[in-house]
Amino acid sequence: MIPAAFDYVAPTSLEDALAALAQAGDDAKVMAGGQSLLPILRMRLGAPETVVDLGRIEALRGVRDGGDHLAIGAMTPYSDVVADPLVAEHAGLLARAVETVADPQIRHRGTIGGALVHADPAGDVGAPVLALDATLVVVGPGGERTVPAAEFFRNLFETAVGDGELLTEIRVPKHTGWGSAYEKFVRVSHQWSIVGVAAAVRVDGGSIAEAKVGLTNMGSTPMRATAVEQALVGKDDSGLADACAAAAEGTSPPSDLNGDADYRRHLATVLTRRAVRSAMQ
Amino acid sequence: MTRITVSVDGVPYTDEVEPRTLLVHYLREVVGKVGTVVGCDTSNCGACTVHLDGRSVKSCNVLAVQADGHEVTTIEGLAVDGELHPMQAAFHENHALQCGYCTPGMIMQAVDLLTENPHPTEDEIRQGMEGNLCRCTGYHNIVKAVAAVAGSTSGEGSGAR
Ligand SMILES: Cc1cc2nc3c(=O)[nH]c(=O)nc-3n(C[C@H](O)[C@H](O)[C@H](O)COP(=O)(O)OP(=O)(O)OC[C@H]3O[C@@H](n4cnc5c(N)ncnc54)[C@H](O)[C@@H]3O)c2cc1C
Ligand code: FES
Ligand code: FES
Repeated sequence: MIPAAFDYVAPTSLEDALAALAQAGDDAKVMAGGQSLLPILRMRLGAPETVVDLGRIEALRGVRDGGDHLAIGAMTPYSDVVADPLVAEHAGLLARAVETVADPQIRHRGTIGGALVHADPAGDVGAPVLALDATLVVVGPGGERTVPAAEFFRNLFETAVGDGELLTEIRVPKHTGWGSAYEKFVRVSHQWSIVGVAAAVRVDGGSIAEAKVGLTNMGSTPMRATAVEQALVGKDDSGLADACAAAAEGTSPPSDLNGDADYRRHLATVLTRRAVRSAMQ
Repeated sequence: MTRITVSVDGVPYTDEVEPRTLLVHYLREVVGKVGTVVGCDTSNCGACTVHLDGRSVKSCNVLAVQADGHEVTTIEGLAVDGELHPMQAAFHENHALQCGYCTPGMIMQAVDLLTENPHPTEDEIRQGMEGNLCRCTGYHNIVKAVAAVAGSTSGEGSGAR
């Protein structure tokens, strides 16, 4: 399968990329790692006139210590996020989720920014980013703005990043000393989540002082299990099952060949319990 | 057309390609590296795995223009002076192939795996090979071959030469 013909631009700076996008107009498509975009182009589900490849913009790559947060460049590949010592220390939940994405080859190419803008509801990167209360930096012709993760995901495959705009950075508040786990339920290897649960907890004296729980594929966007987060406060291991029972509250999971909505609701409660228990250890 | 210069198995090539050309097609049809094969054509099977700057990628899911200025290693670049790479030899000795179609990708991924993790457990080998599908062997001997190389070499970066 070969994509339809397109013009190709590979700018080396953010300014040049924005200019290329503005010049190419409506029929331009941004390419990050290409791990979702190229399959789409090859199946001819999309046929942009121009592809603007961000792969040569070094400034968009890497993890920086921003004081109270980590600043992760949108073009940082998954495998670099997983291996990064700052991420391990301050945002472990992100590494736990990203290491479950696809397979090693795809993790060498796919980027954290590409995954977030792609916004597949079954993708594993949105839930941890949402749970960790990250802020996303979006740059366009009108300058730079920051968008809280809670306002970033709009719908299936739709985010706050508009035409002609680029996601440049993901700012993740430091969660130093938090325990974390990502529980992903799949039928076969290297596949998308049927349901995924991202949990981070701060444990104090054997019980939970603070909890953050994000859900993958329980609706058209990643979601927070707010009721569970509140119910977990003050609980120790013996209180987990009750607190996690409300994991599917307020969700609207899809029904498909992998499972119907009720099955997914059931999975969400089981996986939340497992994720929180493992995050506490 | 876009002019690209890519190092393939240590030799620089400069060619004019259409931007939509997939790296795997460039390698097979322009450079002649037919050892790298297309299996699924949907980025699932891993048969087309090569190394791009030393890291494994599925070459059916990379554009040739993305490799401009970079280094590609294919299965044809592993053996030195006719002597098999230890991973190739281990696949041979452990009967880790039947039809052989998945083998180029399996070997390239196995080499990458040991570069990142020189002493994997069996579980880590299975996880590390999860992007490569084999329709013949049942994986058992593939895992054995990778374990054999991991066990027989010592020190850092045993997967790479
Ligand atoms: C076989 C296979 C299995 C997979 N399994 C999983 C899985 O288990 N879990 C999972 O989460 N994902 C999975 N994926 C998808 C993978 O995570 C993709 O890499 C990711 O969704 C896209 O990242 P990318 O960098 O490759 O982006 P691209 O494919 O290059 O781009 C994706 C989209 O985002 C836009 N875009 C990218 N970057 C920017 C930016 N900085 N600013 C504005 N727009 C941008 C592009 O225009 C495009 O529309 C799988 C993919 C494959 C092929
Ligand atoms: S042919 Fe590339 S992954 Fe199957
Ligand atoms: S040996 Fe035939 S597909 Fe693996």
